[in-house]
Order: sequence, then structure tokens, then C-alpha cells
Amino acid sequence: MSMKSSVANMILSLGCITIVAGALLAWVYNTTSGPIEQAKQEKQVQAIRDVTPDFDNQPMEAKAEIKVLEDIDHVNVFPAMKDGKLVGAAVESWDNEGFSGHISIMFGFDIEGNVTGYTVLSHEETPGLGAKMGEWFSDTANPSRCVIGRNPATEDMHVSKDGGAVDAITAATITSRAFLNALRRAHAAFIQYRDLNQ
Amino acid sequence: MNKLNIILNGIVRDNPTFVLLLGMCPTLGTTGSALTGMSMGLATMAVLICSNVVISAIKNFVPSGVRIPAYIVVIATFVTVLQMFMQAYLPALDAMLGIFIPLIVVNCIVLGRAEAFASRNPVFDSLLDGIGIGLGFTIALTLLGAVREILGTGRIFGAAIYPENYGSLIFVLAPGAFIALGFLIAIFNTLKNKQN
Repeated sequence: MSMKSSVANMILSLGCITIVAGALLAWVYNTTSGPIEQAKQEKQVQAIRDVTPDFDNQPMEAKAEIKVLEDIDHVNVFPAMKDGKLVGAAVESWDNEGFSGHISIMFGFDIEGNVTGYTVLSHEETPGLGAKMGEWFSDTANPSRCVIGRNPATEDMHVSKDGGAVDAITAATITSRAFLNALRRAHAAFIQYRDLNQ
Repeated sequence: MNKLNIILNGIVRDNPTFVLLLGMCPTLGTTGSALTGMSMGLATMAVLICSNVVISAIKNFVPSGVRIPAYIVVIATFVTVLQMFMQAYLPALDAMLGIFIPLIVVNCIVLGRAEAFASRNPVFDSLLDGIGIGLGFTIALTLLGAVREILGTGRIFGAAIYPENYGSLIFVLAPGAFIALGFLIAIFNTLKNKQN
């Protein structure tokens, strides 16, 4: 049956197993690191494509990091250009006031600052409540909750409970506030970028 | 032991979720929908099959004094390999299961089968045991996920059965997982006892 548990045996056995395991992991890491990086990029490019107006440049390469107001962290602005002119941008925005902390959302804006779309990139909100933000704020059948096509510069993008113009998700006001915080942060960053680069 | 019996054993008599009550953390955590439950079950099954085979193959070279660390190294290696492949080729699935993929390392089903079965049986039997227990786990998670999805959101595998507003949210949340699991365990064991 199995080997005797002498110190030499144990060291040898465990040593061999870890060496083989390490070699295997190194090989798998090498073969998958390329595709992993690619998958991450594709996800981001797809999110940009989903939310921004038609463009013909490489928004990923033109990425700008913009800091808004008193924020410590920046947001990423991915400018969308067509025929060399800025037509809008995708803004990877965030907020830390979600019901379970950090949320990250990609917002799209056209050149006037109207919201053209958004994609929730990551969140930890409650399933069935806050997690509905992916559909809730893009429901064009309900203009009072939909943010798409609205301009944060002319409309008050706060939940109606706080005197704003957007209906909060039922039973998920905290998530809704965080979402709109992220939206206003994205908008401010976009305006700042646009005014610098136009 | 009859080869087919080993597989059936894992699905029914030693079902990891309903009978052995092992691996409760992913069982409760990933069964918000039938699809995530099934994905988690399949991921665990893949690790279980690989680790069972390897541990059975190396069992005579592992002194019993270091067998647990040795098994954990083997299991952790396969989990990491699985996670890297998922990140590369199935990023959506990886995002869905999140932390529960690395947590397969500490899933007691995997280590439990290594200790209870693979370290005492030939390689081929261990392979079958991995398939059987893996299928048992997958079926249990899919079932629990389906029950929670139907009661919670009125859907199954994303296809609507009745309007979502009639669903009760508690089944999507953690308490509903406990309630649904309790009832499923009761039903499963009643049926099993009737058969014997």
C-alpha cells in the first residue's frame, strides 16, 4: 500500500506533486493569458459599442482619465469620433453608495450630453431589487423612470423622492440613488472632456 | 462492485446534496437560477473527475502523513486550471459564478470523495465515482435552482412561465434557498425510503 510516513518520503512526495502542479499551472497560465486579456477587452469594447452613437475610431486607445469634483478616483472616458470629429463618448463610471457598495456602469452620451444608453458592468445589489437597474432605467415605455434620451444638464437626475425627475426602482431607492450618482458623475466627466477637446 | 452501481450510487444513495449534505455553501449560494446552479454543478463535476482520477493514480506514492496537503494541492491545481480556462473562453459564465469557482477548492465534496473513495479504489472506479457524485451534485443544484427560479421569478432557464410580479422574492434571496432546500431534502428522502 502507501509509502511510509518518514520525513524524507513526505518531503519527496509533496515536493514532486507541487513541482508537477506548478509546471501545469505555468503552462495553462501561458496558454490562457492571451485569450483572458482579449475577453476582457472585448467585453469593454462591446459595452462601449452598446451605449455610444456610431463611431469609426478606436475609443479604447483614446481613453482619457477624468477626475470629477472632489472625487479621489477617476472615471474613464472613451471618446467616440466620426470623421475626426467628436460625436459622443462612453464613460465608465462608478459609485460607492450602492446597497452593497461599489457599482460600475458604462454610460453613453452624444455630443449634446444626452444619455444614449448604459450597461451595468459590475454590481453586488440585491437580486430582484437593486439588480433590476439594468432594465429599469432603460425602460422606454416608462418615461418617468427611463434615463435614455434625457440630458442631465437640463433635467434633475435625482430620484423623485429627493425632488428629482427619475422614478426610483421600487423598494430599491438606495441603489437608484447610487445609479443616478454614477450617471451624474459620468455626465460631468463627459462635459469636462468635451469642453477640453472640442 | 458493479460499475454502473458506482455512478448510480453517487446520484441517488450517496447524493452529495440531499443525502450527505455536503457542499452546502455553493448549493445555497449559486442556485438563484437553474442555469447558474447547473453551471456550478458542471464546474464542480469537472474538478471532481480530474482530482479523483489523479488522486487515485498517485495514492501509492503519497505517505499518509501528508495526504491531505497533497490532495489539496491536486484539487487546487485543477480548480485554478478550470478558472483560467473559464476566464479565457467562457467569461460570462465566470462572471456569473464569481467567487464560487475558486471556492471549489474547499468544497468538502471534492476532498471528501478523494479521502473516502479515490484514495482506496482503482483509477477507473474513481473516475466513475467522480462522474456519479458530480452528476448527483449537478442534478441537485439544477433542481434547487429551478425551484427557486420558478417560485421567485416565474421563469425557468430564463423562459417565462408566469408573470414575474406573482413570484415571491424570498425564493431568490438566501432564506428561500434554505426553505427550498429543506423541502427538496424531505421529498428526496421520502422517495428514497419508499423505494427501499
